[in-house]
Amino acid sequence: MLPGTRPPSVSRMGKRAAAIVGLTEWAPKRVWDEPMFTMEACARLAAEVLADAEVDKGEVDGLVINGLRESPMFAPSALAEFLGVRSNFNEVVDLGGATPAGMVWRAAAAIEVGICETVLVFTPSVPAPPQPGANGGPMKMKMGAYMGGEVWGSPQGQFEIPAGLVAATPSFAMAAQRYMAAYGVSEETLAKVAVDSRYNAQANPLAVFYGKPITVDDVMSSRYVADPLKLLEIVMPCYGGSAVLVTTAERAARCPHRPVYVSGYGEHLTHKSITYAPDIVDTPIRLAADRAFAMAGVSRDAVDMASMYDCYTITVLLTIEDAGFCPKGEGGRFIDEHSLRYDGDWPLNTHGGQLGMGQAGLGGGMSHITEAVRQVQGRAGERQVPDCNIAYANGTGGMLAEQVALILEGA
Amino acid sequence: MVHFSTDGRPLPTPTPITAPYFEGLRERRLVLQRCPRHGNFFYPRGRCPVCLGDDWEWAELSGRGTVYSFTVDRAGHDPALASRIPFAIALVDLDEGPRLVGNMVDCDVGDITVGMAVEAAYEDVDDTTLLGFRPVG
Repeated sequence: MLPGTRPPSVSRMGKRAAAIVGLTEWAPKRVWDEPMFTMEACARLAAEVLADAEVDKGEVDGLVINGLRESPMFAPSALAEFLGVRSNFNEVVDLGGATPAGMVWRAAAAIEVGICETVLVFTPSVPAPPQPGANGGPMKMKMGAYMGGEVWGSPQGQFEIPAGLVAATPSFAMAAQRYMAAYGVSEETLAKVAVDSRYNAQANPLAVFYGKPITVDDVMSSRYVADPLKLLEIVMPCYGGSAVLVTTAERAARCPHRPVYVSGYGEHLTHKSITYAPDIVDTPIRLAADRAFAMAGVSRDAVDMASMYDCYTITVLLTIEDAGFCPKGEGGRFIDEHSLRYDGDWPLNTHGGQLGMGQAGLGGGMSHITEAVRQVQGRAGERQVPDCNIAYANGTGGMLAEQVALILEGA
Repeated sequence: MVHFSTDGRPLPTPTPITAPYFEGLRERRLVLQRCPRHGNFFYPRGRCPVCLGDDWEWAELSGRGTVYSFTVDRAGHDPALASRIPFAIALVDLDEGPRLVGNMVDCDVGDITVGMAVEAAYEDVDDTTLLGFRPVG
């Protein structure tokens, strides 16, 4: 058996030690007119999420971040100092788009082992105030195409970047191309993922595409960006920010919203560059999801709504299959046969996903978790899924590389 | 690490470990390290990714393989390559086992298919030689 692929040996009926009790989320925006330092953004997010959960800041004893622009080293201590928090659990998570899901299970696990009790989990993504002497310009979200692969000694800088295999879209496009050759899914079926997501976004006033529904024809007639992916199958990079609060089950019971247990989780990765993925259409989420479902003691059939990382349409198709919701190769049929809308028979990405809401940096990945929490807490408003008790949420980082699965269950 | 050609293309900056690979390309030879225990090839690094052994040897490959997947960049994801669009990026499974990435050359981007037989092509850019692939047969 390949290393890292051993199925979970311990099967228990769902962890109940830690629960998400609050959230805050800023509307993703293409252009951000209120620049903030990352630490200031965290302070504002902290105030908002603590108010949402009705938890006093003095109870916080854990911080999970992706990093701090104003303190590239010693980031957790810089944030603890800035927020005035005495912290027992301090974690920097680096899993690309899977970072938020990775943060949530780390917070839950830390609480479960008893090293801390109440953890702030941050995903801010806002521009800094203009630096004196630096050129200004419009603050439009654009990620560097090389993503650090240009540093001395990096394999990417020597093999991938000279071939033009940069950013993320060409890598996901190659997964889509391979999938279409192997299993024969149509471009129209992939387009339906974007259309259903956009439908859901029409019920989410925070969405960047609120008020802008699309059709399969719109997707099909949008321009090819990297064959076979077209413009409307690709997320819109935005600014934004979000945070969640995770605490003990005991403390959660005294919060105003229904506690959402992090009852199962799994994480898996094997590669950075898509070139070296063992199989680009058999993604790491398979093992992560198997572990999460086994840990939670929950079957796929019991899931009331799914919140799947959707940087591209193909990511959703691969995740539906590899997370075990249908057999390999039948994802296309699954998408054709089910309505993925909040009022459909298989509610998926009811907030509009990142395809419909916008990808606010790491907040994009967090949006899948905040939405699952809203649904389980019964506060999804117009798009509420009836009797929503169990949600599946996941994150995908890098080039179908880092993947994290979460089972979120209402108390 | 990346440096840029006189016409602005990103080029690899070889390291002490990867230099023989790039020297091979300059000589129109595709060489990679091979582990004596597992027979597996890998992109240049100090230790075998299967067993972490360091008794690998450089070995020459045929350069022949098949397209595992590909895409056509029509947007210029690297602004430095925007003047070259549309260009095709291919993952190629070489007959000896390893998978490498390169641009498809000597063909129309619309003619590329998954499973297509290809062979190594070598493109000189300034003082560097890049690995690419062209259709065969």
